[in-house]
Amino acid sequence: MASHGITDQIALVGMGCTRFVEHWDMGLDDLIVRAATDAYESAGIDKAAVDAYWFGTAQGGMSGITLARPLQLQNKPVTRVENYCATGSDALRQACYAVASGAYDVAMAVGAEKTKDSGYQGLNAVPVPNDGTGRTLTAAAMFSMVGPAYGEKFGVSDSDMRTAMAHVAEKNHANGAKNPLAQFRREVSAETICASPKVAGDLGVFDCAGVADGAAAAIICRAEDAHLYTDNPLYVKALSLVAGNGSGLTDQSYDYTTFPEIAACAVDAYEQAGVGDPSARIAMAEVHDCFTITELVLMEDLGFSERGTAWREVLDGRFDLDGDLPINTDGGLKSFGHPVGASGLRMIYEAWLQLRGEAGPDRQVDSITAERNLALTHNLGGYPGEMVSFISILGSTLD
Amino acid sequence: MLGRLRAVRGITAWGSYLPFRRLDRAEIAAVAGKGGGRGTRTVASFDEDPTTMAVEAGRRALGGASVVVDTLLFGSVNPAYADKTNATAVHSALRLSDSSGAFDLGFSTRSAVAGLLLAASGTGTTMVAAADIRVGRAGSADEAAGGDAGTAIVIGNDVAESPVLAEIVGTASRTAEFIDRWRTPGEPFSKMWDDKFAQVTYTPLAVESYDSALVAAGVGRPDVSSVAVSGPTARIAGAIANVLGAAKTLDDLSSSVGQCGAAQPALLLAHLLESSSPGDVVALVSLADGVDTIVLRITDAIVAAADRRGPTVAAQAASGAPVRYGKFLAWRGLLEIDPPRRPEPQRVSATAAARSDAWKFGFVASVDPSTGDVAMPPARVSNDGERVDEMVEHPMSDAAGTIVTFTIDRVAYSPSPPIVFAVVDFDGGGRLPLELCDCDEDEVEIGARVEMTFRRLYTVDGIPNYFWKARLARG
Repeated sequence: MASHGITDQIALVGMGCTRFVEHWDMGLDDLIVRAATDAYESAGIDKAAVDAYWFGTAQGGMSGITLARPLQLQNKPVTRVENYCATGSDALRQACYAVASGAYDVAMAVGAEKTKDSGYQGLNAVPVPNDGTGRTLTAAAMFSMVGPAYGEKFGVSDSDMRTAMAHVAEKNHANGAKNPLAQFRREVSAETICASPKVAGDLGVFDCAGVADGAAAAIICRAEDAHLYTDNPLYVKALSLVAGNGSGLTDQSYDYTTFPEIAACAVDAYEQAGVGDPSARIAMAEVHDCFTITELVLMEDLGFSERGTAWREVLDGRFDLDGDLPINTDGGLKSFGHPVGASGLRMIYEAWLQLRGEAGPDRQVDSITAERNLALTHNLGGYPGEMVSFISILGSTLD
Repeated sequence: MLGRLRAVRGITAWGSYLPFRRLDRAEIAAVAGKGGGRGTRTVASFDEDPTTMAVEAGRRALGGASVVVDTLLFGSVNPAYADKTNATAVHSALRLSDSSGAFDLGFSTRSAVAGLLLAASGTGTTMVAAADIRVGRAGSADEAAGGDAGTAIVIGNDVAESPVLAEIVGTASRTAEFIDRWRTPGEPFSKMWDDKFAQVTYTPLAVESYDSALVAAGVGRPDVSSVAVSGPTARIAGAIANVLGAAKTLDDLSSSVGQCGAAQPALLLAHLLESSSPGDVVALVSLADGVDTIVLRITDAIVAAADRRGPTVAAQAASGAPVRYGKFLAWRGLLEIDPPRRPEPQRVSATAAARSDAWKFGFVASVDPSTGDVAMPPARVSNDGERVDEMVEHPMSDAAGTIVTFTIDRVAYSPSPPIVFAVVDFDGGGRLPLELCDCDEDEVEIGARVEMTFRRLYTVDGIPNYFWKARLARG
């Protein structure tokens, strides 16, 4: 068994990201064209220079043709990728491995999703014909079981849990308010968050990520070629993916206070990147805040906080924009909404801006130092007990 | 006494199921401006139908009894399917033998009694299941007087492992063609002619049927300790009971349960048996397009069988919890509630359902013999990924469990939102996230005990999606 990683073999040299909003006037094709065009420009190349494409969309369309047609790619290999909410991230991962293998010189990962054409609330998976015995709950309901279990296990009162979860939303909305690409650009008070109508269990409307349309794209090449395209590339330090076996749903020992797939994914990612103490090396992170409680527990599964302490560190402001370890500096899923195929690449885009010092004076974090110079992005797809986890670690220098 | 020329044949097991909810009839007139009355009626939940209630009654009939059913007969005036047999779903959920037959009895209120008479005159062991959900227009007599119930009566020969508890000693039928109650197939509501006409028509038929059955049984009217009369209305049934002159007329449960359609005679039969003692001669008289009488003699074996049966009809009638009239109307599809802005479920795949028949209908999981790990749904590969196709079937429908955690989903699609949902750990292994039924939000708590019940999750494209839910064990 081995997970060798491709540390410092691959560089990101161009990126594009649309606004994530309810794009009533844009279809999937429009979103793809916008993000891809911005990425080509960012890398200073023509699309003919890209040898191969990986296209992440959960439900935007089938096959690589869904990307090749709107971009009018001429006889290029395009692979459509789907891996729940890690779809866009996994598109990047596969593109990186393809270039690292030597098969291609330049590749592009595109993630796009048009969610708002369904007319429904929330995100909706296209059902596979089945025997009708599966769970029919919303993601909110599944994640709503985590907070009470966490509070019970670690002796955190309901009101402390409620306040900590509210702070996650308050922080991410404050970050999003500063970000022109975000959907929701208003600060929201903890009081409003706590008082919002309940969706499932104790999760209110403001504990849940929104829904949006959007697209993002990244162009990659071998690390040694990076300076052909840009003076300040990002280097891939780790790409880790774990697809859970669903055992948490039926395992009597699973207690809903942690996401084991993510903990395992983090171990692999840190090993690939040679990161010992994540808090000493990671300067900022974009994590999958589908619900406020999710982000809180992720701080522990990603190794940023000791077990049972994340709620306190959240309240202490450690993960705020000006905190020791800023989390979801762009506003996260909370402010952006979640176009499934695009979100992973949107997170990478924020790491791209922050590590290159391009986030702007309002938003640029000051936690990045010579020793502590890595960014982490994390996606999860699925539910407690049954999820996919993706982690990337990126840096602006070669080790 | 001379030796018997034929095997002793009669009832070897029975079970009844009254749904959890009760409608207070006094609520009806406040909304409808008419109708209602005194007492309550039973109300099947939104996720129940005649098939699921027959399954629940059947499970109780088979509970603890060493009965091998050769034939299943199922009667309902309003079954889930036409053209397709409904009894097969009951057969599958009860995990009856593949070599047993399962047949529907037809759509009239006479169907359950027909099944009992067929079973009495036949051979082998037959389960006669009957269930109905009774509806009527808002404010109508049918709405208030109707009730919902499921029943299962097992008839077979007297053998050591399943002795006859009530010997069928005489039967007699009278048939007449006249317009009493009727309904056009596909229409939701039944109609009724002037019930005085029904009463005068049934009266002589009842007397003839009853007396003929007593003659066949070799007993006289004074020998009958109790008679149960199942009729289209409580008034007609009561009037005819008076004419028959039995020592005692069984309470017809009209003030607590209501008239349960095809299930009514079988429900009263179960109530009759539960109210009787060894040696009693009792009679069931059913008024439906004629009159059928069954005379039974209670055997000593009924005493020993009592403690392995499910709850009695009387105990069920005395329990339950209220449902408001508005929700009752919504559950019956008579008041349309705005659904969540979420996709409705898709129809069940016939092929996928056929492959998972044991799990979907029988709630049969698998267990890994080398570790004892229970896989729900059943799995081919062991939980640790090491062994393939070494699992064995592990029936879980009778397993009890404990709520580990739970939530209320206010957004997910449900025919009756919100969904109460719990993670359940089963005694002896196995965990499954399950929808809870028959409970209010504030009743659920971590550590609560639950049991499994067969339900209809939803219906799409005319296909009811049957599967199991958990319900609070209410002792």
